[in-house]
Amino acid sequence: MNESAPIRNIGDYVPMVDGPEKVSGRALYTADILEPGMLAGRIYRSPYAHAEILEVDTSKALALPGVKAVVTGADCDKTFGVLPISRSEHPIARERVRYRGEPVAAVAAIDDATAQKALGLITMKVRELPAYFTSKAALALDAVDLHEHKPGNLERDVFFELGDVEEAFSKADLVRQSTYNCAEVCQNQMEMHAAVAQYDAVRGRMTVHASTQVPYYVHLMLSQILDMEMSQIRVVKPYVGGGFGARTETLNIELISALLARKAGGTVRTVVSREETFITHRGRPETDITLKLGMTKTGRITGVECECHQRGGAHSGYGVVTILYAGSMLYAIYDLKNVKYIGKRVLTNTPPCGAFRGHGTVDVRFAFESLLDQMAGELGLDPVDVRRTNYLNAPTFTDNDLMINSYGLPECVDWVERESAWRERRGNLPKGKGLGMACSHYISGASKPVNWTGEPHATVKIKLDFDGSVVVLSGAAEIGQGSSTILVQSVAEVLGLDMSRIRIITGDSDVVPKDNGSYSSRVTFMVGNAAIDAAQNLKQVLVQAAARRLEARPEDIECLGEVYRAGTQDTGASFNEVVEEALKDTGTITVTGNYSTIPESHGGRKYRGSAIGGTMGYSYSAQVVEVTVDEETGVVTVDKVWVAHDCGKALNRLTVEGQVQGSVWMGMGQAMSEETGYHDGLLLTANMLDYRVPTIQDSPPIETGIVESNDPHGPFGAKEAGEGSLAGFLPALTNAIEDAIGVRFDDLPVTPDRVFAAIEKRERALARAAARKKSA
Amino acid sequence: MAQLLELTLNGRPRVDAVPDNMLLLDYLRESVGLTGTKTGCDGGECGACTVLIDDVPLLSCLTLAASVNGRRVDTVESLGENGELSAVQRGFHEKLGSQCGYCTPGFIMASVGLLRRNPAPSDDEIQEALGSNICRCTGYVKIIEAVKFAAQLNAEGTAP
Ligand code: FES
Ligand code: FES
Repeated sequence: MNESAPIRNIGDYVPMVDGPEKVSGRALYTADILEPGMLAGRIYRSPYAHAEILEVDTSKALALPGVKAVVTGADCDKTFGVLPISRSEHPIARERVRYRGEPVAAVAAIDDATAQKALGLITMKVRELPAYFTSKAALALDAVDLHEHKPGNLERDVFFELGDVEEAFSKADLVRQSTYNCAEVCQNQMEMHAAVAQYDAVRGRMTVHASTQVPYYVHLMLSQILDMEMSQIRVVKPYVGGGFGARTETLNIELISALLARKAGGTVRTVVSREETFITHRGRPETDITLKLGMTKTGRITGVECECHQRGGAHSGYGVVTILYAGSMLYAIYDLKNVKYIGKRVLTNTPPCGAFRGHGTVDVRFAFESLLDQMAGELGLDPVDVRRTNYLNAPTFTDNDLMINSYGLPECVDWVERESAWRERRGNLPKGKGLGMACSHYISGASKPVNWTGEPHATVKIKLDFDGSVVVLSGAAEIGQGSSTILVQSVAEVLGLDMSRIRIITGDSDVVPKDNGSYSSRVTFMVGNAAIDAAQNLKQVLVQAAARRLEARPEDIECLGEVYRAGTQDTGASFNEVVEEALKDTGTITVTGNYSTIPESHGGRKYRGSAIGGTMGYSYSAQVVEVTVDEETGVVTVDKVWVAHDCGKALNRLTVEGQVQGSVWMGMGQAMSEETGYHDGLLLTANMLDYRVPTIQDSPPIETGIVESNDPHGPFGAKEAGEGSLAGFLPALTNAIEDAIGVRFDDLPVTPDRVFAAIEKRERALARAAARKKSA
Repeated sequence: MAQLLELTLNGRPRVDAVPDNMLLLDYLRESVGLTGTKTGCDGGECGACTVLIDDVPLLSCLTLAASVNGRRVDTVESLGENGELSAVQRGFHEKLGSQCGYCTPGFIMASVGLLRRNPAPSDDEIQEALGSNICRCTGYVKIIEAVKFAAQLNAEGTAP
C-alpha cells in the first residue's frame, strides 16, 4: 500500500515564490537593465499649465555632440488612452499643452548628463491660455475648453435615481446632509517609472521593458502610437516596484522611449525622477462630495443622495470609469433602496488622475461612513449596530443589479467589535482617546474587461515536459501583490504536488498568454480560476496516462500528487512514470485553462454606464481605529487598528495579511498626511518630504482578522484581498477622532494644523457658551 | 576630474577611476553593475539606496563615490553565504517584510546595520533604526516582524 497523499498548500502561510530574488538584490527592475551602448532618454516638459504651442525648437539640442535623437509632438500624431472611448492624449503634446510637466520633447543621448544638457537647449514659444486648477473654475460658464470634444470641460456627467429619494427622506426620522473634501493623492510607488525600448532596425521589431501593471495595454498602445503591427512588438515586464493603479494605464514614458529608440535606431533607457513620477500622476482625484442620508430611528437607511465632483486633470484617462464607480459602489455593501447619484468628472489643468487602489470607491465611502456615524450619534445608536441594521441579505442582486453571492461583512464587523473590545471600551477611554469604526468593500475584478474582445477573461497555460517540471505560463503581472505565488499554489494544489515542482514564467509577451493585467483586484479571482482550470486539464491528461500505464480505467485512477494508483491496494506509478507515459502520444504537453465571468455579474442596464461596478465577488472589510489626540499640538496618533477582511478564502494567509495591512496603511496616509499641492498648476509636493508618506515610526500595529465567506465562484472560494480594506480606514479614523475630542473632520487629510485649528474653534465656542451662560 | 578610488566592496578589494562628482549610488549601479541597491527618490528622501559603510548604514545617493576611498562598502549582494540567505534576508522573505521588493535592499541593509550594533532590538529601536526608509507596500507591520525574526535566528545561530 502506498502511504503518499496529495500535498496541500491552500490556506497556509506561504512566502512568495520570488522572495529570494527580492531579498538578495537579484531581482531586476526596469532601471536595472544595463546594455552596452544603451542611450539615456530624458523628457522636456512644459513649463506652462495651458497654452497653444507655436513652436518647439530642438535644433540646438540635436546639434549637441552625443545627442542621438530628439522627438517632439511632430513625430507622432496618434493618441492613446486606457479607455477605447476616450483616447485623447498624445504621448508628446501637439498644438496644446494642458498641464505643467506635460511632455513636449524628448532626447536620447549617450549618457544622462548629455541628455540633461540637451534639454536645457530646447525652447518653446506659446500663446498662453487661461488655466483651471479646480473643478469649479473649469466648470465656469466662460471657461475655455481644454479639449474640443469635451464642451464645458465635463469629461462625463452621470445621473441616476433608483427608487424615490424624496419620498424616502420624507419617511425618515432623521435626514442629514454634509459636504466632504478629499485631497488629491498619489500612489508614489517606490520604483520610479522606467522604460527600456530596444529597436531592431534590421527586422523592424520593437521590444519594450516597462514598469507596468498591464503589459497588454502597453502592447496595444505601442502598436497604436508607433503605427506598427502588434506582431512586431514585444513587451516585457521585469520586476515592478509597486503600482497601486498608477501603472494600469500605459504611461507616456514607455511610448516616448519607444519613439526615441526607433528614431535613434537603438536602445533607450528612460528612468524618470521622483519629481517626474509625481507629475506623471494617475492618482486619486481631488473629490468634493455632498451626501444626504435619511434614517429611521432604529438606524435603517431610507434614502441616499450623493453628488460627487472629481477634479480629473488634463486628460480623460480612466475618468469615466472612476466617476461611475463612485456612484455604483454606493451599493453592494448595505441594503439600499432609494439612491440618487450625480457625478461630474471635470477636466482641469493639472496632471491626469487615474485608478488609485480602491478605484472610485474610497472618497465616497469616507463620506458615507462618516455621515452614518454622525447620524448614529444623533439618534443615540451604537455605530456598530447601525451597520448591522443595514446588512444585505445575500445571495442577492442590489437595486442597481450588482450580483452578490457571498457576504462576510457581518463576521467582519463581529470580529473587530470583539477584538477591539468595542462594547467595553468605547465611551470609557481616558480623555483624548477614541475609538471609531467603519466598513468598506471592493470588487474582485471588473466583470466586463475594458477592451472587450470576446476572448475569455483569463487564460493560463501549463507546460509539462520530459523532465517532469510543471511550468505555468501566465500574463498576470506580478507587481509585488503575490500573484505569481497564488498561481503556483493553485496549480500545485490541484495536482497535489509540492510547490517546488512548479515554476512560473510571466511578463514576456513572446512567451506567455495575453492577460488583462493586474488591476481592480482581478488576478486571484480570474487568473486563479484559469490556473485551476489549466491544472485540472493537465490532471485529466495525467490520469489518462496513468490508466494506460496501470492498465486500469481512468475513473479508477486516484491522483496522490507524486503517485497515481488504481485503488488503495495498488502501488501505482510515480509522477515521473506517468509523465513519461503521457508524453508518448504527443511529446511536450501544453494545456490551457480559461476563465470567463457569468453574464449575471455584468451589471444591469438601469442607467448609462451601469456595468461599472459589476464583479463576480465583492470583498468586505470592517475596521476599528484607536487614536490619541494631543490637544496641545493637534497631533493625532493611531495607537492601533483592528481590521477584518472577507476574502472568501485565504489562499495564502501570509500574503492576505500583507495586502490587508498595506491597504489599511495606505488609507492612513490618505487620511492623515498625504495630499498634493499646486501653485498655478506647478506641483509643489513632488518629493517624499512634502508629500508625506507615513514612516515606520508613524505607523500603528494592525491586528488582522481573516473572514472566509467561501464565494461559490471564487478560486477555492477566494475573493480579493488587496484593496477593500483601504477605504474603511479614512472614516474609521475621523470617527475615532470625533469620539476622542468631539470634533468631526469632513475634509482630508486630517493634518495636525487642521486638528489644532478645530480644537481652538471648539474651545472658543465653549468659552462663548460659558460666557453667555454666566451673563444669563 | 576623476580620482582613484580604492575600497573593499562586498569583501573584495577594488580599484576604479571615478569622476569627482559621481555618487556612490551611481558608481555601484552603473559602473560596477551592482543593481541590488535601488534609487527611490531624487536624493535623501526614501532610504532605498542604503548601504553599509564600515558597518554603518548610509544613503549612497548622498555620498560621493570618491569619499569612500579606503573604506569598506557592503551592499545587499554581500549577504548570505554559499547561496544561503542571511538571517535578515530570511526574515524579510519568510515573514513577508518584502512585497514588491523595491525598498527591500535598503531596509535589509539598515536592519543588518542595526543588528550588528544591537543584536536584540526592541520594537521602538527597530522603528527608530528604520525611520528614514520608506516602504509603500507593507504598512511596516511585517517588516518589524522580519527584523525580530532575524534577531532570533542570529541568536540561535541558525542562519549565516
Ligand atoms: S535614493 Fe532615496 S534616499 Fe537615496
Ligand atoms: S515592498 Fe514595495 S515598497 Fe516596500
